[in-house]
Amino acid sequence: MADVEIFKHDILIVGTGLAGLSAAVEAAQRGKDVATVSITQAYRSHSSAAQGGINAALANVAEDDSAERHGFDTTKGSDYLADQKAVLAMTEQAIPRILELDKLGIPFSRTEDGKIAQRPFGGAGYPRTCYSTDKTGAVIMMGLYEQCLYHEVPMYEDRIVLSIGEKENKIKGVVAINLITGKLEIFQASAVIFAVGGAGRVFKDTTNSWHNSGFGFVLPYFKGVPLKDMEFVQFHPTGLATNAVLLSEAARGEGGYLRNKDGERFMKNYAADKMELAPRDIVARSIQTEINEGRGCGPDGDYVELDLTHLPAEQILSRLPQVRELAIRFAGTDLIEEPAPIRPSTHYTMGGISVNDKTESEMTGLYAAGECSCISVHGANRLGGNSLLECCVFGKISGVSTSEFVEANKVDDDALEVLQKEADEVEANIQNLFNGEGSEDGFKLMAEMQKVLSKNLGVFRNKEGITKAQETIKDLKERYKKIKVKYTGRIYNWELARLYMLGGQLHLAEVIVEGALKREEFRGSHCRTDFMKRNDKKFMKHTMAHYDVKNDTCKISYSKVDLSIWEPEERKY
Amino acid sequence: MMSEQVIFRIKRFDPENAEQGSYWEDFKVDRKKGKTLLEGLFDIMENLDGSLAFRFACRAGICGSDAAYVNGKYVLACQEQISFYTGTIKIEPLPFYPIIKDLVIDMEPFFSKIRAVNPFVILKKSLEKEVIQSSEEKELMGNSIDCILCGSCYSSCVTVWTDPEYLGPAALLKAFRFVRDSRDAMTDERIGLINGNHGVWRCHTAFNCGEACPKELNPTEAIAYLKRQAVKKRFSRLFGK
Ligand SMILES: Cc1cc2nc3c(=O)[nH]c(=O)nc-3n(C[C@H](O)[C@H](O)[C@H](O)COP(=O)(O)OP(=O)(O)OC[C@H]3O[C@@H](n4cnc5c(N)ncnc54)[C@H](O)[C@@H]3O)c2cc1C
Repeated sequence: MADVEIFKHDILIVGTGLAGLSAAVEAAQRGKDVATVSITQAYRSHSSAAQGGINAALANVAEDDSAERHGFDTTKGSDYLADQKAVLAMTEQAIPRILELDKLGIPFSRTEDGKIAQRPFGGAGYPRTCYSTDKTGAVIMMGLYEQCLYHEVPMYEDRIVLSIGEKENKIKGVVAINLITGKLEIFQASAVIFAVGGAGRVFKDTTNSWHNSGFGFVLPYFKGVPLKDMEFVQFHPTGLATNAVLLSEAARGEGGYLRNKDGERFMKNYAADKMELAPRDIVARSIQTEINEGRGCGPDGDYVELDLTHLPAEQILSRLPQVRELAIRFAGTDLIEEPAPIRPSTHYTMGGISVNDKTESEMTGLYAAGECSCISVHGANRLGGNSLLECCVFGKISGVSTSEFVEANKVDDDALEVLQKEADEVEANIQNLFNGEGSEDGFKLMAEMQKVLSKNLGVFRNKEGITKAQETIKDLKERYKKIKVKYTGRIYNWELARLYMLGGQLHLAEVIVEGALKREEFRGSHCRTDFMKRNDKKFMKHTMAHYDVKNDTCKISYSKVDLSIWEPEERKY
Repeated sequence: MMSEQVIFRIKRFDPENAEQGSYWEDFKVDRKKGKTLLEGLFDIMENLDGSLAFRFACRAGICGSDAAYVNGKYVLACQEQISFYTGTIKIEPLPFYPIIKDLVIDMEPFFSKIRAVNPFVILKKSLEKEVIQSSEEKELMGNSIDCILCGSCYSSCVTVWTDPEYLGPAALLKAFRFVRDSRDAMTDERIGLINGNHGVWRCHTAFNCGEACPKELNPTEAIAYLKRQAVKKRFSRLFGK
């Protein structure tokens, strides 16, 4: 039997980004026995990197904005794949939730009359994005982290959750590795919330953190919970061409231009009305088209320029200090004086662990919130500023749902037994990696996976490319069986941890590929150049990927989209 | 011509082999334009030595995971370009902290001080219905809200080295942030918290913290402000308000 340490809590939250911390604060306020477990120290989750802002129709700047309008913009932005009642619930909850955050002392930027300031963002009819200069994620994260300190929420850090303990479709807790001791640990809990963030790291150029590996997505999947709409991946138009670090959409919200090698503001050829503030997918495709058609900048013509030089230096310094600093540090350009090189980078995972608007999954006691979940409120394309909102609103709701769940449900007697068995399996997997054949190099396989996805499942996709990716992933899954972890120490063994997770990442890649191959249409972020039209008749439905244990592969089925509020129309800007 | 490779001289410690103590080890890393120190560390992990331990996350200088002591300077490894260095690059964990393994340190001494200053807003009663704060009032907090808890300043502070109970620059900057927040109701109590034996008066104004800070914040100045407030409070207590 694996040598494990055991911890017990009623509610366990995996991940301490905005979704996880929102859940933790809510459950703690309700007096629940709640704890978090995370790879990072709390504040260091990738939510801190969010720059631009968080949407809510507070109407502090544009008086006639409303939750209904916010809901409509979100639904249209989603290319009608979002579930409309869930969208409206989110946009309605947005208003009290932001005011609640304000009362926690989060330092939002302010209007002249001392209310929360709001700026315009892509795809929105009104300036409704609340912000704190360009460090919105960081300040909300800090505020919620501070609330966790106030409530003395136990926060287990330097741990990677590697498996779920489940029996008869009921969760019993999770198994994690403690990087500091190198030991496996069992976290027994009646309710578990997955809040593991996005999956950008299955792709090559990504704005995501090292810890947004996507591995967390497959743990529920392996135990029977479906993944929904995983083929919908958002590419942010303005990743730095040097290393894909993000320059926020706020740069365009503040009036930034995009220019091709001829200095032309090419967005006029794609979205004459909204120009640079058209929704992300449209801007990303426009940039990629410029690059593909030879109008990119630089010696390889592989980027375009984000130009702020026409803005007053004062405005850049006061509203976009971080954007400026990032461009200086990572591209060597000062935006006050010259434009920065940018191109589309993998940014946001619209799909995720399938849950309902209470954040419940199909497994009793298992919940998901934030970017790793799919309710769906973003459908085929998420609007900027709606993701932090989703985390804050549905993170809180998951805190409510789990609190109610643990009030009504006792801990199962067999929980520890199930979890110990699970830990034994994880330990066996670790030993297999230590004792592997070693004819394949795990990190090379990882790089191949990332490359093939970025190349064939990027901004533009077609059958030929996706099929190629499908074959490659299948091959990589086989080759993965031959890798070996060379360093066999237990403490802080990232070689082990990353290669362990690669096994799961390959399954996630497979789910993305299979969904994309079968969806023969162009909707939101999923642009099939061989099917350039949205096909509501065939594909107004959610992709559901189930794990097929017997064949160790995925099975695709479909589920209904809730269209009960707004009639689908063509998505034009 | 720039040489193709550069030497990373890393201070290592393996807890599973603790009797060996700390030692230096050299690795050759490809020098490429645009490559960061953090990317160099990943090169080592993936190609040369999987045992190398370091923390990382956002790789954009925002999350504060990867502060390190490099050629005698405090840096975030992810935002340092390798090409800016000439000669061997000496990389150590942040001094002062207990070392867990290689560059990974135990930050509990740091976080315990952050917790000690009650780092959360207690909202004024008058704002419970609606929070109003002018831009000018928000500005009073200045860039104290930009601290990323990387722990560099705490490591650099001479007073921390001599008095481990000292709250230290980051926690005091945090205290400043709440003292300066127009929405907070606890100003007096906060001054009390930082006015003790291991509080603001221990700061000798050496300015190491500001120099160490990768976000160019200035804890020393914040501490000076808190000292003035502490004096004011004392006087108003002695002579009545
Ligand atoms: C650069 C950037 C800028 C952005 N700007 C905006 C913006 O302005 N507005 C907006 O609305 N959205 C923005 N987004 C999107 C938004 O920030 C994210 O969608 C959101 O923060 C995700 O939060 P989360 O809580 O779901 O996950 P994260 O904040 O990513 O947290 C994930 C957590 O899970 C933990 N974790 C992962 N796997 C495991 C595991 N196996 N075991 C244990 N712990 C695990 C991690 O350690 C981490 O604590 C931006 C995204 C990026 C990348």
